[in-house]
Amino acid sequence: MPTESRDTALHKENWREVPLQKTTRRAPDSGKGGSGKGDLRPVPFRGGGFTYTPRGLISPLVFIALIGLWELGSQTGFISPIALPAPSAAFGAFVDLVRTGTLWRHLEASLFRLIVGWTLGTAIGVAVGLAIALFSVMRAGLSPVVSALFPIPKIALLPLFIVWFGIGEGSKVATILFGAFFPTVIATYGGVDNVDRNLIRMGQSFGLSWLSIVRKIIIPGAMPAILSGFRISASIAIVLLVAAEMIGAQFGIGAYILMAGSLFAIEQLIAGVAMLSILGLTISWLIGRAERYFLTWRT
Amino acid sequence: MELRIEAVSHDYGETQVLRDISFSVAPGEIVCIIGPSGCGKSTLLRFIGGLERPDHGQVLIAGEPPADSLNPLTYIFQDFALLPWRTVEGNVSLVLEDHGIRGAQSRAIIADVLARTKLTDFARAWPRQLSGGMKQRVAIARALAVRPAVMLMDEPLSALDSQTRELLLDDLIDLWKRERFSAAYVTHNLAEAVRLGHRIMVLSRRPGRIRELVSIDIPLDERPDRIVELDKVQRRLWEAMRDEARAADMELSDAD
Ligand SMILES: Nc1ncnc2c1ncn2[C@@H]1O[C@H](COP(=O)(O)OP(=O)(O)OP(=O)(O)O)[C@@H](O)[C@H]1O
Ligand SMILES: [Mg+2]
Repeated sequence: MPTESRDTALHKENWREVPLQKTTRRAPDSGKGGSGKGDLRPVPFRGGGFTYTPRGLISPLVFIALIGLWELGSQTGFISPIALPAPSAAFGAFVDLVRTGTLWRHLEASLFRLIVGWTLGTAIGVAVGLAIALFSVMRAGLSPVVSALFPIPKIALLPLFIVWFGIGEGSKVATILFGAFFPTVIATYGGVDNVDRNLIRMGQSFGLSWLSIVRKIIIPGAMPAILSGFRISASIAIVLLVAAEMIGAQFGIGAYILMAGSLFAIEQLIAGVAMLSILGLTISWLIGRAERYFLTWRT
Repeated sequence: MELRIEAVSHDYGETQVLRDISFSVAPGEIVCIIGPSGCGKSTLLRFIGGLERPDHGQVLIAGEPPADSLNPLTYIFQDFALLPWRTVEGNVSLVLEDHGIRGAQSRAIIADVLARTKLTDFARAWPRQLSGGMKQRVAIARALAVRPAVMLMDEPLSALDSQTRELLLDDLIDLWKRERFSAAYVTHNLAEAVRLGHRIMVLSRRPGRIRELVSIDIPLDERPDRIVELDKVQRRLWEAMRDEARAADMELSDAD
């Protein structure tokens, strides 16, 4: 037994000495770089990509380049004006709209429907989503109904809405309202379900009231999901807005596009579609601002 | 105020978790609870804090909590449980708001607890900007704000690196010397238990029973200088735990 332990002690000593000798001997060699072992290379970098770096200039440049190419194609006759009018022609149609003052009537009608429909739809949607998430009875009763109704294209129900809410604004607002409602419900209760249970436990352990837990823990925790639901419901709302206006409206961007299409005034049609695009961009920017305001805590 | 746990037993469905646990936590006493993983320590702490009810037995409070205590039984969680959407001071103010404490009074309490946990400079910081040790100090500040009679701590230092753990352990001991709070302190770490515990309760593997209840009579501030004695206690605890821990380990790997 004692010899064994002495052995291991010896081994340890050897083991400790070997690397020491090696380093002292090799150190001057490696400086000269001879014998093929000295070619120093940096470790190859493999960690790039898959991260998001903001590139502020690229997106406007892409737009400008696309429109520039399109204008060039039209000017040179490569793109026939019957197939696709030049951007300048579409812009001319837009200027006409501004000059005659009809732009405001179309825009006013559309924005009114969009804002009323979307606001009501998302407000009711958040409320119902919270109710489903917080009360088992509601979840059992409502979530299958939501799943059954969500996939129905709301525009298919427009005739029904016309019977229920009248041919005027009511049916159009209702279409947008229902369109915004369902994705909001699903985003909201999904968001609540994902709130960290430990935080809720913490709230209970400090004796917070039910209402405080909902207001201060559950709703802020579900906020990221609710806001990304807003993005989806806003896009759906624009699609439904145009569809509803195409079916029966005197004013509105959808009505304008429909009229332009039936008169084969393609530059007007393009101007109308561009307005929709700008509307979408504006809403997306507004939601981006809202996210930055509500989610400052997230980096 | 004294806590009395009487004959608590509990099952989760088929899983037997706790069997016949009885002990008490006297005023100003820290009881450390150690035991192999999965033996029901966290479950026991949830019963003590009233977050869940045991199948059998009861948790009783003897005597009135101090009049100024807003939340007599207060938790400190392993994962800190800070609201990421509130700043440090917002997280502390959260637990005051429901007691109607606002404005100047609230600001005074917040400033006081942040000073006691050395966080004054970080009052406006977001939790994501803090290190793990600072987050746990925020959680401790939040707990102090409601002037607890008993602190319920579930592995409060386990998510931290060992240096931070040492520092925070010293902070806790300093705090105890000033506040004399009582505590049920769950840990995996025997060294922590012998540094902090007036009594140490060793649980067996699941279903958790009390295997041993060891008192350490050395005052907390003398402990760093009496390492040899503590080491003896620690070794004894480890003897009691080792077989249980080994068996529990086998059990878990069988189950998977
Ligand atoms: N809500 C629950 N439902 C069902 N089983 C549970 C529940 N909570 C805990 N358990 C089970 O009860 C047992 C004890 O769990 P508990 O979390 O109390 O153990 P623990 O001693 O804290 O373990 P650890 O040391 O890993 O933290 C485990 O087997 C766990 O799977
Ligand atoms: Mg646990």
